Amino acid sequence: MIPAAFAYYRPTDMAGVISLLQEHGDDARVMAGGHSLIPMMKLRMADVPHLIDLQAVGGLSGIAIGSGGIRIGAMVTQSEIIDDDALSAAAPILREAALQIADPQVRNMGTVGGNVANGDPGNDMPGLMQCLDATFSLIGPDGVRDVPARAFYEAAYMTARGDEEVLTAVTIPLPAGGYAYEKQKRKIGDYATAAAAVQIVKDGDICTAASIAMTNLSDTPIFSEAAGAALIGTSVDDAALQAATDAMQGDIDPSEDNRGPVAFKKHVAGVVLRRAIARAWSRA
Amino acid sequence: MKDEVTREERIDSLKGMGCSRKRVEDARFTQGKGNYVDDIKLDGMLFGDFVRTPYAHARIVSINTEEAMKVPGVLAVLTAADLEPLGLHWMPTLAGDKQMVLADGKVLFQGQEVAFVVAEDRYAAADGIEQVEVEYEELPVIVDPFEALQSDVVLREDLVGEGGTLPDGAHGPRKHHNHIFTWEAGDKDPTAEVIAEADVVAEESMYYHRTHPCPLETCGCVASMDKVNGKLTLWGTFQAPHAIRTVVSLISGIEEHNIRVISPDIGGGFGNKVGAYPGYVCSVVASIVTGKPVKWIEDRMDNLMTTAFARDYHMTGKIAATKEGKITGLQCHVTADHGGFDACADPTKFPAGFMNICTGSYDIPTAYLEVDGVYTNKAPGGVSYRCSFRVTEAVYFIERMIEVLAIELNMDAAELRRINFIKKEQFPYTAALGWEYDSGDYHTAWEKALKAVDYEGLRAEQAQRVADFKAGKTRSLMGIGLSFFTEIVGAGPVKNCDILGLGMFDSCEIRIHPTGSAIARLGTISQGQGHATTFAQILASEIGLPADSITIEEGDTDTAPYGLGTYGSRSTPVAGAATAMAGRKIRAKAQMIAAYLLEVHDNDVEFDVDRFVVKGAPEQFKTMKEIAFAAYNQAIPGIEPGLEAVSYYDPPNMTYPFGAYVCVMDIDVDTGVPDIRRFYALDDCGTRINPMIIEGQVHGGLTEALAVALGQEIAYDDMGNVKTGTLMDFFLPTAWEVPNYETDHTVTPSPHHPIGAKGVGESPHVGGVPCFSNAVQDAFRPFGNRHTNMPHDHWRIWKTANDLGLHD
Ligand SMILES: Cc1cc2nc3c(=O)[nH]c(=O)nc-3n(C[C@H](O)[C@H](O)[C@H](O)COP(=O)(O)OP(=O)(O)OC[C@H]3O[C@@H](n4cnc5c(N)ncnc54)[C@H](O)[C@@H]3O)c2cc1C
Repeated sequence: MIPAAFAYYRPTDMAGVISLLQEHGDDARVMAGGHSLIPMMKLRMADVPHLIDLQAVGGLSGIAIGSGGIRIGAMVTQSEIIDDDALSAAAPILREAALQIADPQVRNMGTVGGNVANGDPGNDMPGLMQCLDATFSLIGPDGVRDVPARAFYEAAYMTARGDEEVLTAVTIPLPAGGYAYEKQKRKIGDYATAAAAVQIVKDGDICTAASIAMTNLSDTPIFSEAAGAALIGTSVDDAALQAATDAMQGDIDPSEDNRGPVAFKKHVAGVVLRRAIARAWSRA
Repeated sequence: MKDEVTREERIDSLKGMGCSRKRVEDARFTQGKGNYVDDIKLDGMLFGDFVRTPYAHARIVSINTEEAMKVPGVLAVLTAADLEPLGLHWMPTLAGDKQMVLADGKVLFQGQEVAFVVAEDRYAAADGIEQVEVEYEELPVIVDPFEALQSDVVLREDLVGEGGTLPDGAHGPRKHHNHIFTWEAGDKDPTAEVIAEADVVAEESMYYHRTHPCPLETCGCVASMDKVNGKLTLWGTFQAPHAIRTVVSLISGIEEHNIRVISPDIGGGFGNKVGAYPGYVCSVVASIVTGKPVKWIEDRMDNLMTTAFARDYHMTGKIAATKEGKITGLQCHVTADHGGFDACADPTKFPAGFMNICTGSYDIPTAYLEVDGVYTNKAPGGVSYRCSFRVTEAVYFIERMIEVLAIELNMDAAELRRINFIKKEQFPYTAALGWEYDSGDYHTAWEKALKAVDYEGLRAEQAQRVADFKAGKTRSLMGIGLSFFTEIVGAGPVKNCDILGLGMFDSCEIRIHPTGSAIARLGTISQGQGHATTFAQILASEIGLPADSITIEEGDTDTAPYGLGTYGSRSTPVAGAATAMAGRKIRAKAQMIAAYLLEVHDNDVEFDVDRFVVKGAPEQFKTMKEIAFAAYNQAIPGIEPGLEAVSYYDPPNMTYPFGAYVCVMDIDVDTGVPDIRRFYALDDCGTRINPMIIEGQVHGGLTEALAVALGQEIAYDDMGNVKTGTLMDFFLPTAWEVPNYETDHTVTPSPHHPIGAKGVGESPHVGGVPCFSNAVQDAFRPFGNRHTNMPHDHWRIWKTANDLGLHD
């Protein structure tokens, strides 16, 4: 498990990063925490002749919580998400989800930007960000642009990000109501067999807003608008839960792997979503 | 002079047997100061690595190494054609078969070694590997042993004679070109008759899946041929360094005195490091060719995909009993998948190891076992997790058959065991399949275990849970896993145990230094078992010098006495016995010296903890320390100077540790997720040398058992691709997945072992796997489950529930 030879760059500003990306095109990749990229390089499944380390680039760190929303720099690590009490107060689902990613060693290195930019359907943060209706900020040779998380993912490892663009931050509207991130996995350090992110708003006994996204059940994260809609206006009773899971089942398209066959994954997706909704509702 | 120190204090200060002495190894391991093979760095050392086939069965059309030789730093690329003139393109396996060192015209399993790239460092080697062009012609792949026995496809052309005849294999006649051996034990016809006439017969087929122990440190070696003095030094992750030296000498022609094999610290073995691998041979050849030291270290995928696996046993059983539950007969047939080569490390006369211990802990009067070994397009091995001895398979088989019989009889499985245990007064007990169990007290252990867990209370709770489930109050079921195992360890008596003709004795050599400290060297090698700690404790009790003053050294064939190494829980039963016996020789000489110093007759002194005292006059004594000094500074008439001894111990019998385990598990019916609420393990390993180390061994072994039962497997697809070649898919439990283990014990010393010890390293694996599996199966018993195969990962548990209609 030794990667092919590569050149290593450690630019100190974004201009340096972008000019390297322009110079080497497809042959270059940025590296954040390296905990998805380096394993792929070692397996020689990713061929990266030019590796651009983002660690020394300024302006990509920090968590800012304002009245309009939350801004998380791309290089913020998963551990920093867990350790930030203000963030956990403002958006507790982030900590709940981050604690279910990998293990502490990986989380000390792995970043939010890397997790959402990677495009692996197994990553937990893309679905989470879709649930929270986050926006990704990209910078490239043509300047800066924002892409909604819900429009970012095209296929496995294919995203709306251009080859010469870098993701700089994730912006999240302040979430309201109850939340839950429910994930079934085989062991610590495993990607999800199925996972569900749920934010839900309750008014009296009635659900007034619900947002649902699923992870590792298709070649992209699945924001299931229909599943959320099935809850709105209900008291989140059994019938509503059933309607929401039925709607979600229509949106996912899992494939068989070592975690199990399709029928099992669909079943577990339903169970996981029901539990997530129930927990979120109890917290709403 | 009045002795101020009490006798108890003297005993305690020795830190001898029975003391939970802290492990002396841990100081270096916990500080990162261990010395593993990959820590060895020699001047000018080169690095070798393999081109491996992506295909499971293919003919090699051509190998082109030209481009690879152009890669900077690459010095040589070896193929079978280069090894053939040396006669090293094939090598003998420990099971009497032979195995390709480098692909000779074809490949038989994914990951098989095709070419060996030698380079200045491992990076250049990896780049060189990419540039070796191999043209393959794919052949039909067989990963199912039943299909292999029907198929026209010949996996091993080298084992087919003129005109398609089938020459005998190492273990007799072969039935088919993909068949390796048939091995039988017991009485065929009488067993069939008992089954035909029985009140009740339970029948079941079960597959004990292929798995792998995945030691933290992978396999590797450093070969260094000194062309000036003609000496080859081979450092490696060897569980049997002396056997490796002999094998290397036999296949290379280098005289054995010119070969020095050294096993440094080993990061876990579990049988994975018993066999001889192509990497060793290629490193030796590369060192001879280049005149430089050559290192080879597997990466994780190499290790999982190609080195010794465990299990892969398809077992079918019939168990007969009276209406009251008294077992009358047992029949077992195994179809054993050995992969592309038969590279097990079983004793020569036992091609299916000690599978004939499969009557377990029960008094079964009549039994018959038949095992068919089969070639397939999978990696060779069958050594790990005590696989060469097949005791784990045997215990799983009988402990599942007992459960299935309990279902058939509609009887409690704990009661069924109780009815059928071999009784204390029946020992030594000769089982229907031949083994003579040395000792046991199963009923006492069983009752102690059931009481400790409040078995009756658990069953009541389980019944309530089932009622609640049926009433829709819960979606969780409760399983109570029982297992009672009898191990057979300490291979073994030279009269029936040898590997490649080498008797399976073991050895210890002791030198007492003048100032009363000592060094002892053994033919075994620790891979984490703590030998340096425990063997010193045995000696401390035997020779009366403090364990802290005794160095234990293993693993260097130039200094250690010959022994067969460490696997199969044999170190304590065999080398531990040799240690005690060598200690007793020291003591015998010490007695003569003491008598001389005390001016009495030899028979007038007796050993007492750390000294010899004059009988009846304990105030007159000589301590072992004083005696040691005297051995070197006094001219004693009739006694040679010095105080040394060596013992080679050929055990009269195996030892038979046993234990009773109980697992309580809650199962989420909807997700298939099990939650182990409780695990109780009672082990009887005879005399307990170091209770703390025993507990550690039990914890580790149970964790491996948990892994195997609940998810760990080497899975292949139909094309022979390994689906579980990385730790993402190969299940290694972490602290998170592991429950809190409760350990307990009874002590039934082995009557024939010098200190009564039996070995414990593998017991928890052997007994743990059926216990975890039985817990899963038991949870579904009230809904009609009889048997489902391991590994019980989430989806398979879910499938069990689904098949029983529990999701409707
Ligand atoms: C054992 C293990 C278990 C894991 N388990 C989980 C899990 O359960 N759930 C989970 O979600 N993840 C898991 N991961 C992945 C982990 O969270 C990674 O850290 C994460 O996926 C990628 O983040 P990174 O910072 O390491 O990115 P890198 O590995 O550095 O990069 C990943 C990809 O994103 C690109 N990239 C990175 N940053 C940017 C940026 N700012 N702009 C544009 N492109 C960028 C890189 O070019 C690369 O293609 C696991 C990893 C390991 C090793």
